[in-house]
Amino acid sequence: MTAAVFFGCTFIAFGPAISLFLFTIAREPLRVIFLIAGAFFWLVSLLLASLVWFISVQISNKESASQQKGLLIFGVVLSVLLQETFRFAYYKLLKKANEGLLALSQEETMPISILQLAYVSGLGFGFMSGAFSVVNILADSVGPGTVGIHGDSQHYFLSSAFMTMAIILLHMFWGVIFFDGCEKRRWFVVAAVVVSHLVVSCLTFQNPQYVSSLVPTYIIMLSMGIWAFYTAGGSLRNLKLCLTCKDKDFLLANHRPR
Amino acid sequence: MVIMESALFTRSVMMKLKNGSSRVAGVAVVVPSANPPQGFSPHNKCPNENSGVYSESYGPTLAHCNTTVWNPLGNGLSYEEFDFPIFSLKDDNDTQLIKQCYVDHNRPVNGSDPQYPLCAMQLFSHMSAVTNTATCMRRNTNGFTFSPESICEPLGDHNIWAPAKPLNTTQKGHKAGESMVMATARLDSRSFFSEIGPGAESAASGLITLLAAAHALRNATQEAQLSRTIFYTFFHGETFDYIGSSRMVYDMEKNQFPIDLDNVHSVLEIGQVGLFSSSKVWLHTDPVSRRNGSVEEEVKKLVSNLQTAAKGLNVSVEEPGVTQPLPPSSLQRFLRARPFPGVVIQDYSSSFANMYYQSMFDNADSLKMSYPPNLTPEEQLNYVTDTAKSLAELATMVARALFVQAGGEESQVSAIKADELLVSRMLYSFVIASNNSWIQELVSSESAAQLINETANFYISVERQTSLPTVLVQHLLANLTGSTANVTQEDCKNQRENQDDKESKHLYSYSWVQGAAPPNSTERKGFCVRSTVHGTKALSPAFELEDYNSKDYSTWTESNWKQIKGRIFLVASHDLEMLTLGLGIAVLLTSLLLTYVMSSKADILFSTGREPTSATY
Repeated sequence: MTAAVFFGCTFIAFGPAISLFLFTIAREPLRVIFLIAGAFFWLVSLLLASLVWFISVQISNKESASQQKGLLIFGVVLSVLLQETFRFAYYKLLKKANEGLLALSQEETMPISILQLAYVSGLGFGFMSGAFSVVNILADSVGPGTVGIHGDSQHYFLSSAFMTMAIILLHMFWGVIFFDGCEKRRWFVVAAVVVSHLVVSCLTFQNPQYVSSLVPTYIIMLSMGIWAFYTAGGSLRNLKLCLTCKDKDFLLANHRPR
Repeated sequence: MVIMESALFTRSVMMKLKNGSSRVAGVAVVVPSANPPQGFSPHNKCPNENSGVYSESYGPTLAHCNTTVWNPLGNGLSYEEFDFPIFSLKDDNDTQLIKQCYVDHNRPVNGSDPQYPLCAMQLFSHMSAVTNTATCMRRNTNGFTFSPESICEPLGDHNIWAPAKPLNTTQKGHKAGESMVMATARLDSRSFFSEIGPGAESAASGLITLLAAAHALRNATQEAQLSRTIFYTFFHGETFDYIGSSRMVYDMEKNQFPIDLDNVHSVLEIGQVGLFSSSKVWLHTDPVSRRNGSVEEEVKKLVSNLQTAAKGLNVSVEEPGVTQPLPPSSLQRFLRARPFPGVVIQDYSSSFANMYYQSMFDNADSLKMSYPPNLTPEEQLNYVTDTAKSLAELATMVARALFVQAGGEESQVSAIKADELLVSRMLYSFVIASNNSWIQELVSSESAAQLINETANFYISVERQTSLPTVLVQHLLANLTGSTANVTQEDCKNQRENQDDKESKHLYSYSWVQGAAPPNSTERKGFCVRSTVHGTKALSPAFELEDYNSKDYSTWTESNWKQIKGRIFLVASHDLEMLTLGLGIAVLLTSLLLTYVMSSKADILFSTGREPTSATY
């Protein structure tokens, strides 16, 4: 297709992530650092996964289609587990780093709360994983052609972009929920994150039936979003306050003690 | 984008595409496996008309094919300028895929416009040069572009030549007491498309005949003391306004060649000879130079030598009328310098018998080479076809005539006979596949890498690339006229008989060839061939003189080009593309707005009852 498709897909896939970055992260250097560190941790997990993948493809039987398919599923599951392991490792690291930061800073409170850390690192994970899943597709989309000469759906680019957007947002939500679960030692929450990640990744095996992979993914994304919203301290009451703009006196009331 | 059958690849259709519509982005021609019976030649009707000998000052009535049109089938397509790429497609699975893509996606149903996505095709054929040789050579030199690459390069290769007896080749200029009978053939052809230049009849038939004659003469010329020396010459680039012959004549005039024009006694050229019908060949001569008494006498002698040689063979020779000019031939370039007695042997009298002159169809089929079915490549190599038999007969005639012309005794000619199997193998190597067991034994290991399993490409190409026919002719001529020298590989590579030998390199050239593998071994046993075969530059003198608008010399250059490729794909409708872009922008704007609102009211949105109180401390 053309540059129009390239920009369209880029905006769809990265639009939410970019606006989040611009308004909430870019202004604070500490958050930027944690975002990049999060992206780095995701990359390391991908490196390990690809190492295992490389070896297993070498030793597998390349003629057997069923073995290759099995290998693919194994690779996906392994990669998801590795990503979540690294999320946990990153959580541990941040806990340690936060103690150090607390010792250094003159104020008594932490310069960044654990919830903010969770959000920033989740977005870091999302950025990287989104980039890796869609960049080569974007590169192809600049050319003049589209998918479909062998009878495939021509909505491939569009659905890939929407899938990537969902993955990025999901990583952000998962980050918030996962860190909160670790913080409060509710291991079922952590397990829920891992399971939902596995489900979403395995849903892509439904492709090229894009509807049957995109719709469940968006349902999971929505529910994860709500869960993350509540975890982060949101509530219907807050939302209502926010929407009806009855927050002025609330704000004042809040700030008076300072 | 137009995909057409080759039957439509005619001048009228192509000119319509060129001039009639600016919407044509490219043409792909599907080339059938069988040759068109009506003939096809993309060359001019009057090949090389401006670079031959005939002009307003030399036989004006004969110039520009006034008396006879040599190539009546020529449509001149090769010499038209097209702004779009034209590709040839073999009629195979890929072509089927392209057709299927069109049928599936682009064919209108019930008269309505086809629905998107549509099938599209892209052809890549980037040419760096523009306008003409003068322009691009100027840009090459003055650093018009900042890249070190050149924009175009002159066409060039090597002329291959070998005197029948050793000649000091490092000493240039006139050789006192030497008189040469030049036996020449041309080494190149072309077609409309790149990579395809089969030239079976236009080049291969003549050069194979000359090679076979040279082989037949090997022993005879060594035994008999001949008063003249036969000088075998293969000119390259003759298709492109006589690059090879004009260069050799130029070198001879400037004393940059081992012999000069005074050493040349007469010229016998073998042109297109693959198709002589009823065993008749035509001896073409130049009527203008024959007005000179001494030349007329020598020409008559040469013709009568050929007529005598034809006796007892299954070949008859005939002369066309004296009012007819020479056909396109290297001899014309010699005649431009001065009158020479010369004869050009062709298989036609007034227009080409070759119906596929310098086209992609000038192949084994056009030479009517036919093999019995179910032969392995090895069996085909050694199968003597009828074409080979008749060419061998002709080669015998040429060899005998050359022998007598060089001063040999007529009584000895019966011993001279060309080898049918040799001709057959050469035909197979040039026209069908050069990568065969026979050729592999006769070439050096470096040259063996160039051998291919298909028809040799007779296109001359740019100077730094040596074309396959040049390599083959060089090695074949060395093997067929030279002898095996009992020297080590190192001495052979250093052009000497032994370590103290400093003289031989002036007389001979040595080449180490692969040889055959003895039975029960895979290691080839190489040997050294000593011959008088040499190669000299076949680059138009115009580039030596830096006269890029030369009227006398060929100024053909080849534009530098990037990889040639084509691809097919589907294109989506404009609506879908705009929908994608619109969705993208909508998503971006919505998320910008949402995050702005959310981040500005984050403390309200994400405040629990407890947090503000803890923050107050």
